Amino acid sequence: MADFTSSFWNWFIAVPTILGILGCFWLVIHYSGARTYGESKEGEPMGHVWDGDLQEINNPLPRWWLNMFYATLIFGIIYLILYPGLGSWKGLLGWTEAGQYEAEMKQAEETYGPLFDKYLKVPVAELAKDPKAVEMGRHLFATYCVGCHGSDAGGARGYPNLRDNDWLYGGTPEKIVETITNGRQGAMPAWEDQGLLTHEQVVNAAEYVRGLSGAEVDPQARAKGEEVFKTNCAVCHGPDGKGNQALGAPNLTDDIWLYGGSQKRVIESIAHGRSGRMPAWGELLGKGKIHLLATYVYSLSHNKGP
Amino acid sequence: MATTDTYNYKVVRQFAVMTIIWGIVGMLVGVYIAAELAWPALNFDIPYLTFSRLRPLHTNAVIFAFGGSALFATSYYVVQRTCHTRLFSDGLAAFTFWGWQLVIVLAAVTLPLGITSSKEYAELEWPIDILITIVWVAYAIVFFGTIARRRVKHIYVANWFYGAFIITIALLHIFNNLEYPVSLTKSYSVYAGVQDAMVQWWYGHNAVGFFLTAGFLGMMYYFIPKQAGRPVYSYRLSIVHFWALIFTYIWAGPHHLHYTALPDWTQSLGMVMSLILLAPSWGGMINGIMTLSGAWEKLRTDPVLRFLIVAVSFYGMSTFEGPMMSIKTVNALSHFTDWTVGHVHSGALGWVAMVSMGSMYYLIPRLFGREIHSVRLIEVHFWTATIGVVLYIVSMWVSGIMQGLMWRAVNEDGTLTYSFIETVQAMHPFYAIRTLGGALFLLGMLIMAYNVFKTIAGGKAVEDPAIPAPAAAH
Repeated sequence: MADFTSSFWNWFIAVPTILGILGCFWLVIHYSGARTYGESKEGEPMGHVWDGDLQEINNPLPRWWLNMFYATLIFGIIYLILYPGLGSWKGLLGWTEAGQYEAEMKQAEETYGPLFDKYLKVPVAELAKDPKAVEMGRHLFATYCVGCHGSDAGGARGYPNLRDNDWLYGGTPEKIVETITNGRQGAMPAWEDQGLLTHEQVVNAAEYVRGLSGAEVDPQARAKGEEVFKTNCAVCHGPDGKGNQALGAPNLTDDIWLYGGSQKRVIESIAHGRSGRMPAWGELLGKGKIHLLATYVYSLSHNKGP
Repeated sequence: MATTDTYNYKVVRQFAVMTIIWGIVGMLVGVYIAAELAWPALNFDIPYLTFSRLRPLHTNAVIFAFGGSALFATSYYVVQRTCHTRLFSDGLAAFTFWGWQLVIVLAAVTLPLGITSSKEYAELEWPIDILITIVWVAYAIVFFGTIARRRVKHIYVANWFYGAFIITIALLHIFNNLEYPVSLTKSYSVYAGVQDAMVQWWYGHNAVGFFLTAGFLGMMYYFIPKQAGRPVYSYRLSIVHFWALIFTYIWAGPHHLHYTALPDWTQSLGMVMSLILLAPSWGGMINGIMTLSGAWEKLRTDPVLRFLIVAVSFYGMSTFEGPMMSIKTVNALSHFTDWTVGHVHSGALGWVAMVSMGSMYYLIPRLFGREIHSVRLIEVHFWTATIGVVLYIVSMWVSGIMQGLMWRAVNEDGTLTYSFIETVQAMHPFYAIRTLGGALFLLGMLIMAYNVFKTIAGGKAVEDPAIPAPAAAH
C-alpha cells in the first residue's frame, strides 16, 4: 500500500468530515418545525397508502430528540477542534496517544520508582527476611512471571520450578538477579535429528540417564548408554551427570525433570533437543524491581514455610 | 393465473422456514460454546469442537444464516407487497435461496475444519466469498428490479432500509475480502498491518450497522405498523434518521481500535461519529414505538406485537450503550472484556432475533394459509426469550465490568492486584449464568419451531395471492 504522504489526504479527510457534520445540521434544521406536504398538514396522514393500509403521519421531530441530536453534533465539533481528527489538524490541546502513554508512565515511575529503589541498599538474602519486601516481590511476580512459572512459582513442563532450591544457572542472589536481568537461553542439541547419534544410541543414553536418578532400567541398555554418555553428554552434564550451572546444563541425578522424566520424554529431549528461553527483563523492569523479584524468588527456597 | 398478477410467496416461504432451522442451529452452537467457556473440558480435546473453531461457526450461523434468511424472507415479502408487483425474477430469487443455503453449508463444513481467513465475521475463504458476491448481486437485481417495476409512486420507508443494507453489504463484503489466494483453502488479505485492522473493523462495525441494524429496521417499518394496524408515526423522522444513520454509521468502525497503532485522528473521528450516531439510531426506535400511540392496549393481548416492541426497546438500549462504549475513557475499561459480548448480545438477541421472531409469527400463518397453531405458545416463547436475554446481558455486564476493574486494579506499589487467572476464576459463575440465559433463549426457539411445525402441518402452502390494485393517490 502506498504511504499517504501527500497533503491531498488531509483535505480528503477534513472536508468530508466538516461537510458531513454540517449536512446533519442542515437535515435536522430543514425537517424540524411545522411543515405541510401537499394537502397533508401537521399530524395528518401523508396521503400515501401501500399494501392496503400502510400509511405515514406528518408528525414533527420530537423536541427532546432534536436537542439530543444538536448536543451530540456540537460536542463532535468541539471535540474535533480540541483533539486530532480533521486530517492533519493536531487539535488545540496537543493530545496524542503516545504522549498520554508517556505521561502516565512517567507519573507511575515517579510515584512507584522510589518505593522499589529504596530496597536496593539491602542485600537480597537479608531482604528476604523482610515480609513487606517479599510481599512486594510477590506482587511483581504475579504481574510479570506467573504466565510461565505459575501463580505458585511451581513451574510447568519446560518452565522451571522456583521453589525446590534446584537451580539450572545457580541460586545465589547474584545469579538470580543475573538470570532475571539478562534472561537465559537453554540449548540442548537435537542429537538424533542432527545425525549425531543413532536412535538406538539415544534410547540407550536415555536408559543410562534415567538410571542416574534411580529409575529401574534395563542393565544392558544402561551399560551401552554409559558409553554414549561419556563421549557425548559428559561435556556439558559432567562425567557424573551432576550438570554444570555455568552452562545451564541440568543435574541429571536428582530426579527433577524440566521436560519430564519418563522414558518417552527423556528420549524426546535427547533425540529432538530442547530450547528453553527466559526473557531478559532488565530494560523493562529496572534494577529496583528486579532486586525485589530476586528477593521473592530467593525467599521461596530459603524461608521456612509457616 | 398469470404469474405477473400474483406475488411470489414460494421463495419467502423457503427463507422463512430456513430462518427457524438456522436459528436453532446457530443458537445451539452458541449455547455449546458458552458452556465450553464455563467448563472447558466440553471440547473433549477434539479439534472440531474447540471454542476457536465453533465460535466463528456460531457467529456466521446466527448472523448470516438465521439473520440473513430472515432478511431475505421479509425483504422479498415487503418489497413485493409495498410495490404492488411480483418479484423482478423468480429464477434469480430461487438462485439466491439455493446459493445462500450453499454458502451456509460450506461455512458449516469449512469452519470446524479450521479453514479460515481469520477475519472476524468474514472468516470464510475466498471461493465462498466469491459465491457470496454472486448471490448478493443476484439479490440486488431482484430487489431493485422489483422496486423499478413498482406500481406506486412513492417507495415505502422499509425499502429504503433494505436497499441501503443490500448496497452497503456488497461494498463491505468485497473490499474487506480482497485477498491473495495461495491455494483453494487459503488466502491472505491484500491489506497489511494497521490498514488491515482498519478495513476489518470498517467491515465489522458496518456488518452490525447495515446487516443487523438497517436491514432489521426495514423489517420493523413493515411489521410493526401492520401488526399494530396503525400508521408510521412520523414520515419526517424516518427521512432524517435514515440519511443521518447511513451517513454516520460508516465512520464508526475505528472505535473498535481505540488505543492501538491506529492513527490518533482516525480514533477521534470514530468516536465522534459513534456519538453522533445516537440520535439517528433512536429515531428508528421512536418511530417504531410511537407507531403504537393510540393502540397501546394491544400490547396486553398480542404477543406478536410484544415481540416487535420489546425488540425495538432492546434496540434503543444497545444503541445508547454503543455510543457510550465508544468514548475513549469508557472504552479503556470495557474493551476486551465480557461487557462487549453482553453489548453485542443485547443487540443480537434482544433486537435482531426478537424482531425476526415477531416478523416470522406474522408471516408464517399468511404463507401457509392457517392461523398460528397456538397463541399461548407464542406467549411462552416471548417470556422464555425475554428472561434468557436478561440473564445473558446482566451476567455479562457484571462479569465484564468486574473483569475490567480487576485488570486495572493496582497495589500501593503499582503492581497488578490480580493475576489473569484470578479474573477468570471470578468470572466463572457469570459464565454459567450466561449459559443458562442462552439455553433459555434456545428453548424459546425450539418452542417456536414446534408451534410453526404444527401450523405448517395443519395447513398448506398458499397459492401465490393476487396483487391488489394500489390505492389511488390523493
